[in-house]
Amino acid sequence: MNFFFEVLIGGLLSGIMYALVALGFVLIYKASGVFNFAQGAMVFFAALTCVSITTEFGLSLWLAIPITMAVMVVLALAIEKVVLRPLVNQSEITLFMATIGLTFFIEGLAQLMWGSQVKRLDLGIPDVPMQSLLDQFNIVISQFDLVAAGICAVLVTALAFIFSKTKIGRALRAVADDHQAALAVGIPLQHIWAIVWAAAGFVALVAGLLWGARNGVQFALTFVALKALPVLILGGFTSIPGAIVGGLIIGASEKLAEVYIGPMVGGGIEGWFPYVLALLFLLIRPEGLFGERIIRRI
Amino acid sequence: MFYREAGQFRTTYQADNQVLPIRQDRVGMMIILAVAFVAIPLFASPYTFSAILIPFLIFALAALGLNILTGYAGQVSLGSAAFMAVGAFATYNFMLRIPGIPILLAFVLGGLCAAMVGIAFGLPSLRIRGFYLAASTLATQFFVVWALTKIGWFTNYSSSGVITAQKVTILGYDFTSPASKYLLTLGIVCVMAMLAKNMIRSNVGRSWMAVRDMDVAAEVIGFRLMRTKLLAFAVSSFYCGVAGALYAYAYLGTVEPEAYNLDLSFRILFMIIIGGVGSILGSFLGAAFIVLLPIGLNMFAHTLGLPTSVASNLELMVFGALIIFFLIVEPHGLARLWQIGKEKLRLWPFPH
Repeated sequence: MNFFFEVLIGGLLSGIMYALVALGFVLIYKASGVFNFAQGAMVFFAALTCVSITTEFGLSLWLAIPITMAVMVVLALAIEKVVLRPLVNQSEITLFMATIGLTFFIEGLAQLMWGSQVKRLDLGIPDVPMQSLLDQFNIVISQFDLVAAGICAVLVTALAFIFSKTKIGRALRAVADDHQAALAVGIPLQHIWAIVWAAAGFVALVAGLLWGARNGVQFALTFVALKALPVLILGGFTSIPGAIVGGLIIGASEKLAEVYIGPMVGGGIEGWFPYVLALLFLLIRPEGLFGERIIRRI
Repeated sequence: MFYREAGQFRTTYQADNQVLPIRQDRVGMMIILAVAFVAIPLFASPYTFSAILIPFLIFALAALGLNILTGYAGQVSLGSAAFMAVGAFATYNFMLRIPGIPILLAFVLGGLCAAMVGIAFGLPSLRIRGFYLAASTLATQFFVVWALTKIGWFTNYSSSGVITAQKVTILGYDFTSPASKYLLTLGIVCVMAMLAKNMIRSNVGRSWMAVRDMDVAAEVIGFRLMRTKLLAFAVSSFYCGVAGALYAYAYLGTVEPEAYNLDLSFRILFMIIIGGVGSILGSFLGAAFIVLLPIGLNMFAHTLGLPTSVASNLELMVFGALIIFFLIVEPHGLARLWQIGKEKLRLWPFPH
């Protein structure tokens, strides 16, 4: 039974990490209706830039993080100006394909600037089992995972607050509802988009640092982002709580499936199990757990 | 003044229904086919065949398959490489397990297997659409590659998971030289492109386009949504499956399931974006572009003396930038540019 709980909690914690990546998707989708496939590339780009600044220029990590954030803001502004603005009023699928192009561009740019070797990242949080939990319940839970979960919780609370209480948040929701109506009441669309992409860049930076510290900063980080897609399908594209709950479900079920079903079919099912789970779920509720109900008219 | 269709009257229904109603177009097509079937095999070098022409034709076929699904039926798919893999491995197993089976029949059967997988993974499209569907087609991609890697039977229990394509023999003639493989591929691609063109012009194609433009409206006026969507998935997967089989038999020779990864799916998607979504000509133009671009960039990088790692990253960036550029400048791709150019030339030198 202990083993079961260990797997479950480990899964939930890694699910939070998925949720962190999914959050970036949700932010942009909510505010601009763009399904930003480049989020994974942004995670990779942010983590690689941050690590490279520390190694190449010998700066401390705490200095590198704000610098990287500045880079992400510049990137957001550039994306808004070069990619999104000319594509205003295009269909959603066109915008989606543009972000696939963006993915390739950012991946190439990141590796061109900083090289493609695997880089180690040390955040100073030890990746060791929590001693108190080990003593009391005999369960191995990494301290790192708990800290990551804490950071994620803070981030989500802050985002939820910004979205529901501040003026910018209201503007974001208005833009998400209807671009033209938002423009008509005087909300500057371009600013809003730049802000959202910068916020998504920030989330990408946090996710990139946590994932990078875990697995090393390398190209494989972009695949982590693919894991965020079933989380999104499950939680619904427009819901921040959905991203969190979806992440937890995906993380836990993926680990449990790998441990309990995996050996029966030869293992390695982590790669596709979340997708199939999300697909089966969609057959019952096509808009995800917390997504807005899709009403279709002619 | 390019050419005019003036004076060509269509007096029968048959003439009106021709694929190429204008005489100059027919002549042009004949010339293209003659060049492709006769001139190129006579003069091209083996390198040109195996590095440019054969992959171009195979990718064009795969892009055609995806274009049927995405361009005509409006269902975005990120799993086309998975269907290619099914086609290739099914063909391999038919050849292996049924002695003496004709290779063309094996290609068709491989394509049919891909079509069945396509129908199975197309079922969710009845309930979900748009991004949800695009994301869930990734399930196909990951599941198929996983299954082919993990289940030994598919690869005939080869320890490395790599299969070696059997020799291609039709009517006692061995297709071993690059030129003969090229002709085989060209023949199959021509036949299938012709079929696709006619499918698009018929009521099947029109029902796909109706579903693409608005599926609720299409259902209201009496199209059977399930049949239409699943047929699109089946036909598209069939095309991808045959392309995948050719990829193994005419191009690579030895393949592992990983060769059909997500990257390949994306590349095929790019072909139809750059070439033109919803255009058969576009599939060919896009495939040519995506095949030639890396070669051109490599040569460019080579003359500049850039190291290969820089060149490959530059290639990624140029790829991405071009996609965005095309979407902004001409969302309908190269095919549309060709059409605009033709219209302009038709009037030139007069303003209108």
